[in-house]
Amino acid sequence: MNRNRILFGIGVLAFISVIVTVRLGGFLVDNEYRQPDRQVAAQEEQGEAELTPRQQGIVDEQAADEAEARARPYEEAEYRAVPFVGSRVTVWVLAQLHLLFAAFVLAVPLFAFIIEFVGYVKKEERYNKLAYEFTKLLSVSFSMTATFGAFLTFGLIILYPKFTNYLMHIFSPTFLPYVLLFFLEALFLYSYYYGWGKFGPKMHLFLGFMLNIVGTAIMFIANAWLTFMMSPGRRDDVDGDGVPDFVSAVSESGALLSLRDAFFNFTWMPINIHRIIANVAFGGSIAAAYAAFRYLQAKTDEEKAHFDWMGYVGNFVAIIAFLPLPFAGYYLAAEIYAFSQTLGIQMMGGTFSWLFVIQAALIGNLFLGANYYLWLGMGRMEGGVHFQKFIKWLLIAIALCFAVWATPRYAISSVSEIAAMGGSSHPQLSYLGQMSAKNTAVNILILSTYMSFLLYRRTGRQSVHPHRQLLTRAQAIVFSSAAALVIFYGVYGYFVDSATRIRFAIPQVYSVLAALVVITVIDLPLYRNATQSGETKWGKIPAVSQYALIFIALSFTWLMGLMGYVRSGLRQEWHVYGVVLDTSPDAYTPTLGFATQVVSVTVLIFFGLLGVVFWLSSLGGKKDWEPKTVADGGDRLEGGQAA
Amino acid sequence: MWGLNLPVVLALAAIGGVLAWRRANTLVWLLYTLGALWAFFRFGFAVPIPQSVATIYLGITGLALVCYASSSRERLAETVQPIKRLILEPRYRLALAGLLVALPALAAYNVYADLTVPLEAPGFGREVHPPPPTEMTVHDETIDMATAENPYLHYKHDDPELYAKHLENGRRVYYENCFWCHGDGMGGDGMFAHGLNPVPSNFNDVGTLPILQSSFVQWRIAKGAPGLPASGTPWDSAMPAWEKFLTNEEMWDVNLFIYDFNGYEPRALGQH
Repeated sequence: MNRNRILFGIGVLAFISVIVTVRLGGFLVDNEYRQPDRQVAAQEEQGEAELTPRQQGIVDEQAADEAEARARPYEEAEYRAVPFVGSRVTVWVLAQLHLLFAAFVLAVPLFAFIIEFVGYVKKEERYNKLAYEFTKLLSVSFSMTATFGAFLTFGLIILYPKFTNYLMHIFSPTFLPYVLLFFLEALFLYSYYYGWGKFGPKMHLFLGFMLNIVGTAIMFIANAWLTFMMSPGRRDDVDGDGVPDFVSAVSESGALLSLRDAFFNFTWMPINIHRIIANVAFGGSIAAAYAAFRYLQAKTDEEKAHFDWMGYVGNFVAIIAFLPLPFAGYYLAAEIYAFSQTLGIQMMGGTFSWLFVIQAALIGNLFLGANYYLWLGMGRMEGGVHFQKFIKWLLIAIALCFAVWATPRYAISSVSEIAAMGGSSHPQLSYLGQMSAKNTAVNILILSTYMSFLLYRRTGRQSVHPHRQLLTRAQAIVFSSAAALVIFYGVYGYFVDSATRIRFAIPQVYSVLAALVVITVIDLPLYRNATQSGETKWGKIPAVSQYALIFIALSFTWLMGLMGYVRSGLRQEWHVYGVVLDTSPDAYTPTLGFATQVVSVTVLIFFGLLGVVFWLSSLGGKKDWEPKTVADGGDRLEGGQAA
Repeated sequence: MWGLNLPVVLALAAIGGVLAWRRANTLVWLLYTLGALWAFFRFGFAVPIPQSVATIYLGITGLALVCYASSSRERLAETVQPIKRLILEPRYRLALAGLLVALPALAAYNVYADLTVPLEAPGFGREVHPPPPTEMTVHDETIDMATAENPYLHYKHDDPELYAKHLENGRRVYYENCFWCHGDGMGGDGMFAHGLNPVPSNFNDVGTLPILQSSFVQWRIAKGAPGLPASGTPWDSAMPAWEKFLTNEEMWDVNLFIYDFNGYEPRALGQH
C-alpha cells in the first residue's frame, strides 16, 4: 500500500516537473528578441535580408573569439581553477574521500582474515560467518575507493597539471607496479569474497593473506608519493662525523637524482607504520558502526544478538589498534621534527598546534566512548554488578587525563584574562600544557582503557586456575608499577632539560606496552576454562551503546581528516617541500576554522556514502522479490489489510 | 597556597563532605560535581583560569557525568528516580513549580550576563616559536636553516683556545647589546624588560635554547622582529634585526656564548 502511494507521489512530482520545465522553456523562448514577422517576410522577398544590430553583434563577437583563438599560441597550463570551491578544496575533499575508503578497504581484510583464521583454529563456524559479514562490506567499498581514486587522479591532472607532471617525472617507474598490484588486489578481493565456501579453508585463507599483502604493498607505494612531498630525501651520516646529513633525492632544480632516496624518504616508514595501525582502528570502528546500524534495524532477537556481537568484535579490533596509535603518531611527529625544525615548530608550536588541542579533545572522546561501550557491555552478563563500583574511579582517571591532554600550553584568553595571568599562560595550568603532562595523561588513559577491558572480560566469570590469587596479584603489581613509573617520569620531567625530558617518553611507552603484554599473557591461562556465573546475553545491551559505536566511528573519521590536513598543510606554500613552490592562488594556509569546516563536510559526505554502502551490503540478507499473485490481490481486495 | 583560593576550595570540600555524610543519591552528586567544578574554575584559583579552558574542562566533566549516569540500567534508573518523583508526586508540587520558574529565570539571567559583559579588546592567540624559513640570507651569505650549524662550535673540541676567543667576543657582543632586555643572567629580565610585552626570551628556560638548532637562534638574532613570518601575526616583538649592526661572525659568537653561558647544547640535526 505504502509502495503504491510512493509511486503515485513520484508520478505526480514527475508530472509537475514536466509542466514546470515546459512552461519555463516556453517563457525563455517567448522573451527572446525576434524581428517582426512581416518585416522578415518582406526582406526575404526582396532578397535583402539584413541582420538586426543584435544578430550582427553576435556574429561579430563569434568572429572575434575565433580569430583570437587562432592567434593564441599553445601554452602549458600550470593550474586550472574550479568555480566557488577552488581547486585546492576540490582535490583536498577528493583525496580525503579516496583515503577514507581506501583505509577501510585495506583494514577490513586484515581483521576478517584474522577472525577467519581464529574460526579455522577453533573450529567454530560463528567466526567464519562473522568474517564473511565483514567481508560483505568490501565489494562496494572497493568500487568506491577506485572511483574516488580515478576522480582524484583526474582532479590532479586537470587542476594541477604541472605539479602532477613533476610527480610523474619522479615516480613514473612506480606507476606500473601500482596498477598491477591494484589488479591483483581486485583479483584476490573478489576471489576471497565470492569464493567464500567455494574453496577449502586453507586455500581461502591463502587468498585472504595475499589480499592483505597486496593491499599493504599498494599503500606503501602511495605513501612514498605523499611523503616525498613532505621530505624529498633521506637523512644519513654521509661524512661520518656522527651528525646526520640530508641526502636530497632531487637536484636544486628538482631533477631526480635517486628514485631510491625519493621512495624510501625520511618520513616514509613512520607514515607506513602509523597508517597500518590507524587503518585497522578506523576499519574496526566503521565495521562496528555497520553492526550498530544493523542492530538498530534488527527485528528478531537472533539478528540483534548477531549484530551486537559483530559490533563488539569490530569495536574490540578498533580499540586494540587504537591503544598503540598515539605512540605511532608520536614517532611520526618526532621524525618530522627531526627532518625539519621548521616543519616541527610549525606543527607543534605554530599555527597547526591549535589543531592538536582539537585532536586531544577528539581522542579523549574516543577513549571515553570506548570505555563507556565496555561498561554498558557489562550489562550483557549476569554478575556484572560486582565490577560496577570500579567504573567511578576509572571515569575519574579518564576525565582527568582527558582534561590534562586538552589543556593548551597558551590559552585563548581575553585581554583582561591575559592581564590577570601576566601573559598567555596560566601560572598553574600551564604545567599541564607541557609534554611531560601530556605523555603521562595518554599513557594513563591507555592503562585505564585496558583496565576497563579486563573488568569487562572478567564480568560473570570465575577463574578456576589453581594459582588464581597469585596471578591476579601479579597482574595488579604489574599494572600499578607501570602506572607509578609513568607518573614518576611525568613529574621528574619538570626537573630536567627538554632533551632529557623528551627521552622520558620512551620508558613511559615501554612500561605501558610491557604491562599490556605481561597482563595479557597472565590473563589468558588465568581465565581459560573459567566458569560462568551466567550466560552472555548478546543483543541485551541498551540501544545507546550502538550510538556510542557510531560516535566512535565518526570521531575516528573526523580525526583522520583533521590530522591528514595537518600533515599535508604543514608544507604550507610548497608542493614538494623546499623544491616545488605552489604558485597557485590557493597557496595560502587556510584559517583553522575553514580547515575544520572542510574536514567536517568531507566526513558528512563520507558518512552519506557509507550509508549507501551499508544499505547495499544489507540487501543480500533481504528476502527475494516475488511477483504478486492473483490470490494476493484477491485477498487484499477482499480482506483490505490482509497483505 | 599553590595559587588556590583556599576559602572557596574548603567550602566546596565541606559541601562534598556533607553530601557524603547524608549519603546523597547519584543525581545530587552529579549536580554537585558539575556545580562545584564550575565554582572551582571560576573562583578557586588566585589567578582565575581563562574562560576557554574552563569551558573545555566543564564540557569534559559534563560528558563524563552523562556516561557515568547511563553506564548501567540500574544507575540510570537510580539517577532518574528523583526527577520522576519530583514530577509525579503531589507533595513536590511546590518544588516543581519553583523549578519551572527557576529554569527559565536561570536561562534569562545567562542571556543577561552574556549581554552585559564589559567591553574590551578581543584577545588573540600568539605563537610562541615562530616557524623559520627554509633558508635566509645574511650579509650576502645564504644559510640553509635545516642544515646550518654554528661554524665555531666544533672549536670546542678541535681548538679550545680559538673557541675561548669566540666565546669572549660573544660575551662582549652580548653585554654591549643584548643584556638590556635579556638581562645579566639571561633570564629575560633586563632593565628594559618591564616595558615590553611580550617579555624578552628567557635563555635559562629549559624549553627554549635546547630544543632549537643554532640556525634558528641565528635567524632570530639576524632578522629580529622585522623578519618574523607573515603567519601568526601580530607578533608585538621588539627584537631588533641585528644584521644591521653586527657582522656574521659577531652574531655566531653571541649565539655560541648564550648556549655556553647556560650550559646547553644546540639541538642537533636529526635529533628527536
